[in-house]
Amino acid sequence: MSANYAIEMLNITKRFPGIIANDNITLRLKHGEIHALLGENGAGKSTLMSVLFGLYKPEEGKILMDGKEVRIDDPNDANRLGIGMVHQHFKLVECFSVLDNIILGVEPNKMGFLQKEQAREKVVALSEKYGLHVDPDAMIEDITVGMQQRTEILKMLYRENNILIFDEPTAVLTPQEIDELMHIMRNLTQEGKSILFITHKLNEIMAVADTCSVLRKGKYIGTVDVAGTTKEELSRMMVGRDVDFIVHKDEAKPTDVVLSVEKLSVSSKGHSKKAVNNVSFKVRAGEIVCIAGIDGNGQTELVYGLTGLLPVKDGAVIMDGKDITQLAIRKRNVGGLSHIPEDRHKYGLVMDYSLEDNLILQRYFEPRFVNNFGFMRRKNIRNYANDLIEQYDVRSGQGAVTPARSMSGGNQQKAIIAREIDKDPQLLIAVQPTRGLDVGAIEYIHSQIVAQRDKNKAVLLVSLELDEVMALSDRILVMYEGEIVGELDPKTTTVEELGLYMAGAKREAREV
Amino acid sequence: MSPLKKRRSVLRSDGLQTLISSLLCIILGLAVGYLVLLLINAAGAWDATMAIVKNFFKFTKAETRMKNFGLTLAKTAPLLMCSLSVLFAYKVGLFNIGAAGQYTAGVCAALIFALHPNFLWPWWACLLVAVAAGAILGAICGALRAYCNVNVVISGIMLNWITLYLTNWVLAWVKNPASPYTKELRSVNTSALIPSMGLEKFFNNKNVTISVVLVLLIAVVIWIILKKTKFGYELKATGNNLHAAKYCGMKENRNIILTMVIAGALAAAGAGLFYLAGIEEWSTTQSAVPGMGFNGIAVAFLGGLNPLGAILSSYFIQHITTAGGYVNLQVYSAQISDFISSMIIYLCAFVGFFKMFINLRLDKGEERKARKAALLASTEEGGADE
Repeated sequence: MSANYAIEMLNITKRFPGIIANDNITLRLKHGEIHALLGENGAGKSTLMSVLFGLYKPEEGKILMDGKEVRIDDPNDANRLGIGMVHQHFKLVECFSVLDNIILGVEPNKMGFLQKEQAREKVVALSEKYGLHVDPDAMIEDITVGMQQRTEILKMLYRENNILIFDEPTAVLTPQEIDELMHIMRNLTQEGKSILFITHKLNEIMAVADTCSVLRKGKYIGTVDVAGTTKEELSRMMVGRDVDFIVHKDEAKPTDVVLSVEKLSVSSKGHSKKAVNNVSFKVRAGEIVCIAGIDGNGQTELVYGLTGLLPVKDGAVIMDGKDITQLAIRKRNVGGLSHIPEDRHKYGLVMDYSLEDNLILQRYFEPRFVNNFGFMRRKNIRNYANDLIEQYDVRSGQGAVTPARSMSGGNQQKAIIAREIDKDPQLLIAVQPTRGLDVGAIEYIHSQIVAQRDKNKAVLLVSLELDEVMALSDRILVMYEGEIVGELDPKTTTVEELGLYMAGAKREAREV
Repeated sequence: MSPLKKRRSVLRSDGLQTLISSLLCIILGLAVGYLVLLLINAAGAWDATMAIVKNFFKFTKAETRMKNFGLTLAKTAPLLMCSLSVLFAYKVGLFNIGAAGQYTAGVCAALIFALHPNFLWPWWACLLVAVAAGAILGAICGALRAYCNVNVVISGIMLNWITLYLTNWVLAWVKNPASPYTKELRSVNTSALIPSMGLEKFFNNKNVTISVVLVLLIAVVIWIILKKTKFGYELKATGNNLHAAKYCGMKENRNIILTMVIAGALAAAGAGLFYLAGIEEWSTTQSAVPGMGFNGIAVAFLGGLNPLGAILSSYFIQHITTAGGYVNLQVYSAQISDFISSMIIYLCAFVGFFKMFINLRLDKGEERKARKAALLASTEEGGADE
C-alpha cells in the first residue's frame, strides 16, 4: 500500500538545544506529484529537508522509500537514492560552462581523461525532452538567472534523480520565468518525477501543486488537496489566524520633493564599469516610489550611492534641497535619511550585540545615551529599547538583552524597522524589507511603510517581489542594466507588462 | 521555579564558563605535560610537575617565598600588558602579532632616554616616550590596514624585525663596553628606576615596583573602556561587523587606527614598566624579538579575551614559567617548563570547546527536567480526573 509513495518521512522529530525544530512530522510524497511544503520562516521546512538530505540526523522517526526503510546519513546517500535539490542560492561555478557545471562531481572519464562528448549528448537530449532550452556551452556568468536555475534542474536530471526538491525557486525569477518554471515542473512530473516544492507563496501553490503539507512552529498541521482548498484556508493553516492579503491604503497625496536624484552614476565595488548609469528621478513627500527590477540590475549600487556606502561617480543626490552627494554617512543619517538595508545580517545588525545595543545603533552618540565622559547610559538605553520593543512588537527570548543572532529573521527585521522609523526620517529607503519573512511579518511591515507615507514622509522602496511592488507603490520605476527603463503606474499596469520592462524587452524614453 | 532559574543563570554566565573552561585547559595541559615527563624519565616526573605547580611555595621560609612571589609578579606585569594589547586589538577584529615589535620599541625608547648621557630622564618621562614609540608603531600598522588594506599580521611581523634591528643598533650606544648588554639603570641613572613605594620592603625584593599595581589598574581601565564607554561600543561594533559600523556612520578607518595606536601603546608601556624596574638589561646581539609579545597572544586567549581574565591568565603563565627554573635540571632539560606552558597554551584553543560542552550539558539537563515536569503535570492531571 505504502509503495504508492516515493518518499515517506514518518514521525520525524529533530531537536536542537532549546527548541524542537521538527516535532513528530510526517510527510508523504506520492509518485509523480508536486507536493508543496508550506510554512512560515522558522516553521521547520529547512530542517525537515535537511533531514531528508542527510544533513541532520533526526532523534526519532524513519524515512521510507518506495515502502522500504532507508538510512540517509549524508548527502551522498541522498544522491545515491536519487534525491536532488535546487537550492535557493544556486551552487554553480560562475566561470564554467553549463555542461561543465552539470557534470561536476560525476565527470564521465576514461582513465582520468574527460569524455565530454557523451555527457553533452545526454544533456542535450534531457534538455529537449523536458523543454528546458539550455545551451550547454554557454558560460554561467553570461546566462540569466532563469537559465541558471534550469542548469540546476538539468544537474538533477543528469544524475537521474527521481525526487526533486525545489527550495523557494521563484524568489529570483520574473513573472514570465515563473510561468515557464511551472510548466517545466509539470513536464517533470509527467515523466514520473516527484517534486517537493518549498515555498511561502500561496499563489504558486494554487497554480502548480497537487497536495500541500503545512508546518507551523515545528509542528505538522495537516496535508490538503490543493484542488479542494483556498488561499485563505492555506494561510490560516500556515499562520494560525486569518491574514489580510490586501494592503490597505488611500490615494497618495504627494507634496514637496524630498529626494532628487540627478544623472547619478555609481560604479560597483572594484569595477570601473558603471553599475548605475545616468539615473534621474524624484521622490516626493507622501508617496511610495518603488524601484522594480530583477536582482543585480544596479538597484543595490543605486541605494549605496544614495546612502553613502559607495562613492558617487557622477551626478548629484539632493535631499530636502541640500546637496548630499559627498556628505558623510553619519550626517546623512542624522539629517533625515533612514535606510532599511537589503542584507540585514551584513549591514543592518551587529549580530553579536544585544537587541538593545542594536536598537541604538543609529543614535548611540546622542546625549541621552552617552554622558559627557563618554560612558554609555545603560539605564536610558534599556528604557528606550523596551519602549521600541513594545511599540513595534519585537519578540525575543530575553527581551532587550537577547543577542541579535538568536532572534528570528522576522523579529530582526522588525528591530531594524523600529530603529529606522523611530528616527522620524524625511526619507525612508527600504530595500527588500520583507525578504525571507513570513506572511504575518510582511503584513506588519507593509502597514508600517504605508504609515510613513501617510505621515507625509517620502518612501523609496526597492523590491524584487512583484506582489510587493504592485501592492505598495504609488509609482514604479523599472531598473534594467543600471538604467531606469520605464515609469509605470501600478493602477494601470499589469504584472506582465512590468515583467517585460524588467527583462529589458521593453523600454520607454523618459524625461525627468 | 525561581531557585532553578537562579542556578541556571550562574552557570550560564560567560565569565564563569570561561573560568571553568580555562581551568580545565590548565589541568589538561599539566596532565599532558606530566605524561611526557613520565616518558622521558619516570622517576622525576611527579616532582618536576609539582615544582612547576608550586613555584615559590617550595620554599619553606616565608621571606624567601615572598621574595620569589614578588619576582613572579614583577615579570607578570609586562606579560599582562602585552596580552591587553592583543585582546584590545582583537575586539576590533585585528590580530596584533606586532605586539612583540611594539614591546621592543618600548624597550628601545625607554632605555635610550634613561641611559644616554645626553638625556638621563626620570622614569615617568622614559615611560611616556616608550608609550609613544609603541603607539607610532601601532599607528603604522593601523594606517596600512585602513588605507591600503594591508593585513596587520603581515605588517606586524615585518615591523617586528625592523624594530628589533633598529633597537639593537640604537641601544648599542648605551651598552656596557664589556658585554652585549645595556648598562645597568641602577649604576647609571637611579631616577629612571620606577619607585616601589614600599612594595620593595613588603616583598623583600628590589625588583617589585609600582609597575605591578599600575598594570592591574590599566587592565581595569581597559575593561571599563571596552564594557562601559561609547568608544568601546564603537570599537566592538567595528570589530564584529565592519559593514554595519560603516552603515551607521561610524568612522571605521579612524577606529581601526586608534585601536592599533592604543594596542601599540599598551605593549610598549609593558616594556617600559619592566625594563625601568631594573630587572633585566637588553642584549644588543639579540637575534629575535622577545617572546613577551607572542606569549601575550596566548595569555589573552587563555583569559577569554577579557581584561580581567587576562590578569589571572598572565599571572598563571608567568607562575609556571618562573617555576620552570626549579625543575631538577639533572633529570630534565631547562626547556621542560617552556614545554609544559606551551602545552597549556596550545590547549587554550579548547576553551571554546569546553564552553560548548558545558552549555550542551546544561541544555540536556534542562530538557530532562522539562520533560520530567511535563510528565509529572500530566500524571497529576490524570489523577485529578479520577
